[in-house]
Amino acid sequence: MEGKMNHKTYHRSKTVTVFFLCVLALLGLAARLVYLMVFQSEYYTLKAKELHERERSIKAARGRIIDANGKILADNKTVCTVSVIHSQITNAEEVIAVLSKELGLSEEYVRKRVEKYSSIEKIKSNVEKAVGDSIRARKLDGVKVDEDYKRYYPYDTLASKALGFTGGDNQGIIGLEVIYEEYLKGEAGTILTVTDAKGVEQDEEGEERVEPVSGRDLYISLDINIQSYATQLAKQTMETKEADRVSILVMNPQNGEILAMVDVPEFDLNNPYTLPDGMDALAFSEKKRQELLNAMWRNGCINDTYEPGSTFKIITAAAGLESGAVKPTDTFNCPGFIMVEDRKIRCHKVGGHGAEDFVQGTMNSCNPVFITVGLRIGVERYYSYFRQFGLLDKTGIDLPGEAGTIMHKMENIGPVELATISFGQSFQITPIQLATTAASIVNGGRRVTPHFAVRAVTSDGSDSQSFTYPVREHVVSDETSETMRYILEQVVADGSGRNGAVEGYRVGGKTATSQTLPRGSGKYIASFLGFAPADNPQVLALAVIHNPKGTYYGGQIAAPVVRQLFENILPYLDEKSYTDK
Amino acid sequence: MAQRNVSRRGQQKGESFMDYSLLFIVLFLVGFGMVMVFSSSSYEANLELGDSTSYLRQQLFASILGLVAMMVVANIPYHFWERFALLAYLGSIVLIFLIIPFGHTSGGATRWLYIAGISLQVAEVAKLGMILFLASFICKLGKGIQSNKGFAIVLGLAGIVAGLIYVITTNLSSAIIIMAIAALMLFVSCPDYKRFFLLGVIALAVAAAMVFYVVQTAQAHVDDLDFRGVRILAWLDPEAYSSDTGFQTLQALYAIGSGGVLGKGLGQSMQKRGFLPEAQNDMIFSIICEELGLFGGIAVIIMFLMLIWRLMIIANNAPDLYGALLVVGVMGHIAVQVILNIAVVTNTIPNTGISLPFISYGGSSVMFLLIEIGITLSVAKGIRLKDL
Repeated sequence: MEGKMNHKTYHRSKTVTVFFLCVLALLGLAARLVYLMVFQSEYYTLKAKELHERERSIKAARGRIIDANGKILADNKTVCTVSVIHSQITNAEEVIAVLSKELGLSEEYVRKRVEKYSSIEKIKSNVEKAVGDSIRARKLDGVKVDEDYKRYYPYDTLASKALGFTGGDNQGIIGLEVIYEEYLKGEAGTILTVTDAKGVEQDEEGEERVEPVSGRDLYISLDINIQSYATQLAKQTMETKEADRVSILVMNPQNGEILAMVDVPEFDLNNPYTLPDGMDALAFSEKKRQELLNAMWRNGCINDTYEPGSTFKIITAAAGLESGAVKPTDTFNCPGFIMVEDRKIRCHKVGGHGAEDFVQGTMNSCNPVFITVGLRIGVERYYSYFRQFGLLDKTGIDLPGEAGTIMHKMENIGPVELATISFGQSFQITPIQLATTAASIVNGGRRVTPHFAVRAVTSDGSDSQSFTYPVREHVVSDETSETMRYILEQVVADGSGRNGAVEGYRVGGKTATSQTLPRGSGKYIASFLGFAPADNPQVLALAVIHNPKGTYYGGQIAAPVVRQLFENILPYLDEKSYTDK
Repeated sequence: MAQRNVSRRGQQKGESFMDYSLLFIVLFLVGFGMVMVFSSSSYEANLELGDSTSYLRQQLFASILGLVAMMVVANIPYHFWERFALLAYLGSIVLIFLIIPFGHTSGGATRWLYIAGISLQVAEVAKLGMILFLASFICKLGKGIQSNKGFAIVLGLAGIVAGLIYVITTNLSSAIIIMAIAALMLFVSCPDYKRFFLLGVIALAVAAAMVFYVVQTAQAHVDDLDFRGVRILAWLDPEAYSSDTGFQTLQALYAIGSGGVLGKGLGQSMQKRGFLPEAQNDMIFSIICEELGLFGGIAVIIMFLMLIWRLMIIANNAPDLYGALLVVGVMGHIAVQVILNIAVVTNTIPNTGISLPFISYGGSSVMFLLIEIGITLSVAKGIRLKDL
């Protein structure tokens, strides 16, 4: 009995020991729980959230591009993005068959994506809404049709090179769409949905939605009526003259606003990857096709340089007048050529213009007169005027890829080079550079920045941001500017530019005919730069015709283009400014 | 003679003494387990089987069966079982061998027998069998248990069953639990501490050596490790093995950690929606933590502590050593399983499949646990009230 009690005592105390060992272990585990659920909670909560949430982005509506009359040039339309969610697909074969048929994709392509083990796989974006609706109507498990925006250009080819287009992710590729990407694109929103392990959305968990912010509407100075008419004229000219290209630039010389920018052939903004007529995309290698597309998208007004020829005499004249190297009344004699060092440089008029003053020399576009003036100015002074006029810099236009001026280095300019520069040869500038420089010479000496964008307005109209552009004053004196306006008006009234005259309006201008390099190829560029009214220029236009067949003189074929343009738009602008007031 | 007196006097004091505290705690745990099994399985059950109550109904069936068995066993004087000691031991071994020809495979492991349409996990039978056998066997040994020979015989007999369970059903955790039950019963029945301290040190040293070996091997050739070796690596750094071996552990940690102090609310677990494998089974504690928070988790731990405390009280007031040892066996079984389960779920030890008593989904487990509680209640009935 005693042994029994003894036995009982120690097994009791040992049972208590076991109990306390358990208490100890469970306390330790409770402490571990506290560590995990209090101190590590944030970390694991985040990890779990990442695991449970699927993020889908909602595209923001891209801002529209709107012309000076409020016409929408670039808009959005609803399209669909078709995706598959692997884990939700119940009938893979049916999904593959339907999607490849409806979307016009190869079965192999669709199969690869359907069978890929991923949470969500995009099959095709930019699907027409009707196609998307018909796929959605089939109610296939695991197929998701999301609505989305696609850029849409109501006027197809109009101002294609200036507006530009957008790519697959709605980002600007060329033109204004690129430059104003930040304003236009808006901010994408997101939908955070909670899903189970298979990706099935948990409705009761709700969704976190960050609404997208639509892009700002971009109001530009381009006027669709002027642009349309200029395009029509350019096309007509290209056809009748069998030219390679025709560019027409119309701007307000007072503030640099561009009213029209045409460079035919243009391309269809809604199908920017379709090569021009008669070209089969499949016939070219990837690289070659890209080159052809780049060529098609190239904006001749700003991306390419050319030898301006006689229109550049405006700059020589302004530099001569400004420097005092020449006065309008100075007299010259043109025997049909001029000797510069040992080189005989011909005038376009074989017999020569004989005795003439500077105004007449300009009206005649007489080369010896301008060579003489150029040589009088001298290399250093001439070069400093180049710089002053802004010719050595880019204009700063709000379009991508503006080409710079290709000019001799100052130390390489001898008398012969100086002579050729004086009448616009042996160097290259862009049409926009010529137009802008001419504008600043006739507008009273203010170097303006050519531009399209006027203001960016939020989609709800709550905020409007106006763009300002640098203006450099006193590029030439008022006096020189006034003299230039007078001389250039004479050129149109009774000189080589008389084909640019518009009845009832005072028009100033200058013609040019330049032979393209290499010389003797028989290829010419005919151009005309005109502005009106001559005493207070409100509109300036430059027409450049590349490689016309038949008559190639600027005064014969380019001046009439500007005349027709002015005949049409000057009354329109008058009416418009009257209405505006 | 003394035993007969005891039971007679017990019956005289109160016709049917029932330990209601124990009964209440167990009923609470079973009921709570049912709620959690439904919460953690309904989403997947609905998707996979089209019936959200599928797991709940099976658990309910097993629990009712278990409760009936518990009440029956509670009313059988526990000495009734003494005569079946050897049968329990040999029966367990036979059942384990029956797995080889008749075993039913589920989830890649062959551990079940189908008897009259009811699936039975043999290891659960073996645990009960071990408790019944050892209680009687140790009593028979008397003072002989204190010798090294008796010590070795007890451990050896338990080792045979544990070894068979490990080899035939590849169920390491059940083997560990059986050994732990045997060790605890032995511990209680021997007066000394030294040998057990030594045993503990050896167990710890072996475990440490294994971890060391695995880590060393992993640095040289990972491919040489079997899946248990990789489990140890995954235990040390679950995120590095998040795609396979560490996946379940990591998902359990996400569940526990994201529960925070107050939890997401009953039924609101995200991890049970396909992310956490075996959410209603071995990993149910992590879902409890996710839904009911730290408070829920600690409350469950406290409930188990109270259960173990109650078992200790009954063991220490049992009329005789046999009764005490039976209860100590039950107490050891439950305590070891609770501790190991929570340790696995919180990644305190390497992952091995251990269910949480009364709460995890699993018919055999809940049924045999309830039978063990029945035995305990029967022992409690013999307590003289003045001892309390």
